[in-house]
Amino acid sequence: MSEPKPRALPQSIDETVSLLNAADYVADRALATVLFLSLKMSRPLFLEGEAGVGKTEIAKVLARSLGRRLIRLQCYEGLDVSSAVYEWNYAAQMIEIRMEEASGVADRDVMEHNVFSEKYLIRRPVLEALTGTRGSAPVFLIDELDRTDEAFEAFLLEILSDFQVTVPELGTIRAEEPPIVIITTNRTREIHDALKRRCLYHWVDYPDAERELEIVRRKVPQANSRLSEEVVNYIQKLRGMDLFKVPGVAESIDWASALAELDKVALDPETVSDTLGVLLKYQDDIARLREGESARILNEVKAELAAAG
Amino acid sequence: MAGTVAERRAAAADPEGRIADNIVYFARALRKAGLRVGPAAVTDAIQAVLVAGIGTRDDFYWTLHSVLVTRHEDHAVFDEAFRLFWRSRELIEKMLAMLSPIAPAPPQKEKPRAGEKRAGQALLSSERDDLRKEEKPEVEIDARLTLSSREVLRNKDFAQMTAEEIAEARKAIGELLMPHDRVATRRYRPDIQGRRIDPRSMMRMGLRTGGDLILPRYRSPRRVHPPLVVLADISGSMSQYTRIFLHFLHALTEHRRRVHSFVFGTRLTNLSRQLRHRDPDEALAQCAEAVHDWSGGTRIGEALGTFNRLWSRRVLGQGAIVLLITDGLERDSIETLSHEMERLHKSCRRLIWLNPLLRFDGFEPRARGMQAMLPHVDELRPVHSLDALSDLCEALSTPPRARRAVATVNRGLGKPVPA
Repeated sequence: MSEPKPRALPQSIDETVSLLNAADYVADRALATVLFLSLKMSRPLFLEGEAGVGKTEIAKVLARSLGRRLIRLQCYEGLDVSSAVYEWNYAAQMIEIRMEEASGVADRDVMEHNVFSEKYLIRRPVLEALTGTRGSAPVFLIDELDRTDEAFEAFLLEILSDFQVTVPELGTIRAEEPPIVIITTNRTREIHDALKRRCLYHWVDYPDAERELEIVRRKVPQANSRLSEEVVNYIQKLRGMDLFKVPGVAESIDWASALAELDKVALDPETVSDTLGVLLKYQDDIARLREGESARILNEVKAELAAAG
Repeated sequence: MAGTVAERRAAAADPEGRIADNIVYFARALRKAGLRVGPAAVTDAIQAVLVAGIGTRDDFYWTLHSVLVTRHEDHAVFDEAFRLFWRSRELIEKMLAMLSPIAPAPPQKEKPRAGEKRAGQALLSSERDDLRKEEKPEVEIDARLTLSSREVLRNKDFAQMTAEEIAEARKAIGELLMPHDRVATRRYRPDIQGRRIDPRSMMRMGLRTGGDLILPRYRSPRRVHPPLVVLADISGSMSQYTRIFLHFLHALTEHRRRVHSFVFGTRLTNLSRQLRHRDPDEALAQCAEAVHDWSGGTRIGEALGTFNRLWSRRVLGQGAIVLLITDGLERDSIETLSHEMERLHKSCRRLIWLNPLLRFDGFEPRARGMQAMLPHVDELRPVHSLDALSDLCEALSTPPRARRAVATVNRGLGKPVPA
């Protein structure tokens, strides 16, 4: 794939909405507002929300539609500097030392300079994200920040305020243009206020029926309109129930495409029961729905859609 | 360029304009309402409004929202405050007019004053609230071994802590050494006796000698306390121990970094933030205010269910230990209790049940609630006397005899002993 040409940032909230829309991301006005502000004020965007509501997708869409590179830092417990920022290629450094010894380099400074040169520096996502040139800063996605620990969070705090990293052997590396930072968390742990304060915060909620229908229509064009409507209404009803984990938008899309693959044109009790595993990921929830609530919801959905004509 | 629209607006804005003032007052009102809005956030909010420009009420709302709200829980408060503060008098429309380069702003002196006044009122009313915290007679019912699922809402005052008590509490917590209370992280520290090679350090040290001598250096995983989640029963049957628990929780919160405290009677309350208050008396007073079901009935299963649904995924990450302090006297559905206990057990690394009822000699956990809970705990720790915080720490510090304790109890019930 050829390198796409970087595009300029949107200049108003309306432009942001249409930018996302053109990339098939159906955003509400609130999200567009926050996104616009974050781009305009060069502030990191902090997205919190349940799993599967499209937080990560925003970064991807943004990178695609702005023609920027997407650099993703997937967080996990124990993420440290050597896997997030930089690492030295030790094996190659050892060889360099031997080579220099063989060729008789005696000056320690020269040797140190050669051994710790950029040639042997392995760049990890954070360092990569600081290499954007003017007008084409990459989109830097810090995904699932809640999975890492407080120590890394504190380190991130420093990066996000100065956009520079110090490698002791090389010196300070500073971003010519700060990257577009998007941080996502699933809230499995509270993120410290100090970090949130540096960002613009947005809670990504489940979409309403209308927007969800639009999303399903765009993402699963092969499903007919009746099926999509039934799927969306069914899921909206599920979200009102007291389930252990309610399905997100990702599940709606998966379900609609699964049903379309099965050549269904409308929901029926057996199919729903057979495909519940696409929607719900906890056995308790599935058992509860199979016990009869599923049929009740389906009847309600059918009745409502019939009434609406 | 289109980007300068907002700048032009800002430039054209009346220097005497009150938008900034109003945002400041709004932020102050939010702070009064409990949101954590610092001075930096206020500047940011003003800047954000200037950048976004004020298009519609909605845009203005979300612009302020993005800067001033940093927790999902605060959304509702913000929503209400926004509605009240920027309500009548078409304040936003007037601000729009002020910002607009076309229509010059009409003199607006008394209108923004109203916002100021309201913020002042919010300020006054909260002070009045403080004064209203009158001394309530202490309701102290010794209700051990009595239980009900009735929801009784009561307030509670706790006797203040003496200086000796505080010192003792600190000492006891400092000495608290729970077994299995360290987990290895995937971070490393230099360690001469470590088993892993530390290449980074080797290379750095090696170059000191000009690369002649590269000696092996080692590291080993850092071990830290895992998060601790405490679920304490504050129902009637436990009421005489409540003060000790809360002091324990407070001292614990002060001592370790990741402690989440919840209390439950008929409903579940998260006290983590209240307990983070430095002063123990102040913290306890805030707890007393936050909880509405002191010494009421018990619905353990339901409370655990709420915890599992709303909180477990948020606080049980990274190998958390759950400390459940309850007598296990459940009146509601035993089935729910058993089910929720199982779920709780499966979502944490270690579940410790601290039971103060076991102090009575010859007590056997015949209560059905206890039977339902027992199979799902890793450790059952009896507390033989619970008059001071140190007793609690002692109970937690003794080496685990989980299997035996559970086994004895099970034998008492005539159940097969787990292998």
